[in-house]
Amino acid sequence: MKNIKFLIIGVLFGIILSKGEVISWYRIYEMFKFQSFHMYGIIGSAVVLGAILFQLFNKGMIKSFDGQQINIPPKKKGFSRNIIGGIIFGLGWALAGACPGPMFILLGRGAVALLVVILGSLIGVTMYHSVKSKIPH
Amino acid sequence: MDYIYQPWPWYVTGPLITFVMFLLFYFGRRFGVSSNLESMCAIGGMGNFVDFFKFDWKKNTWNLLFVVGTIIGGFISYQWLTPDVTVAISPETIQDLSELGFQNAGSKYLPDEIFGSETILSLKGFFILLVAGLLVGFGARYAGGCTSGHAIVGLSNLEIPSLISVIGFFIGGLIMTWIFLPLIF
Repeated sequence: MKNIKFLIIGVLFGIILSKGEVISWYRIYEMFKFQSFHMYGIIGSAVVLGAILFQLFNKGMIKSFDGQQINIPPKKKGFSRNIIGGIIFGLGWALAGACPGPMFILLGRGAVALLVVILGSLIGVTMYHSVKSKIPH
Repeated sequence: MDYIYQPWPWYVTGPLITFVMFLLFYFGRRFGVSSNLESMCAIGGMGNFVDFFKFDWKKNTWNLLFVVGTIIGGFISYQWLTPDVTVAISPETIQDLSELGFQNAGSKYLPDEIFGSETILSLKGFFILLVAGLLVGFGARYAGGCTSGHAIVGLSNLEIPSLISVIGFFIGGLIMTWIFLPLIF
């Protein structure tokens, strides 16, 4: 079970987003109302430190556990997919107050309503892969 | 020890998210939650209906275990690490929500007006949550990532596609928050 470490990293992630209140519907609403720095501080500091981390990866100053160069897989290019997909995602994010990570963390906190959101997200993923050849990317 | 039980400020939470990302890349993997939704569809047998889901989901077992971990992490923090579940949102936010009909905004993590048991058993309440999830799932895979893959990893890697996606996240989020939520509630 060499994969068990990823379960432990997941536990850590669940606790961090929980204690940071990232999983609170109110924090997402507040963010989109520009009424608090909290969420901007979290995402901003994660990205700034992440950018520094990735520079260390790129320069080979930090290698993976088995001594390999760490490469970040590039994202798919295309304006339509990113902007339209992004807008659709944003509509759902602000309504559910949760993105995919928090949906599961909230479930662990006993919020059974998230089962409906997760079911919806699985339907959404299936719908995307059913129609993707017909929509612009 | 007392700090564990308090809500964690942004300057603790943000760097810890980067630390989680570091651990995943250090162990030769990547950081992205929404691709797990595709694995779950594959496990659920959707490959019988949509060819895409015929991929070998077992190669993503590590990421599914990560998700199982987040559920456990949520349970642990709820049971033992959060004696006070109030969320200290701003007074303006509480005021705005009270005008929308949300009582006791910030008294716990989620509003009963959307997530309460009475609400989800009503047709409208169930439908709202289902549509919210549908938009999240469809949009995340259309854009090729969610908050973790695009907003954290992609922006950290200075990716233009991720910048466009995150701008999209905000356009959608602002439209929902400022225009649709007042119409729905």
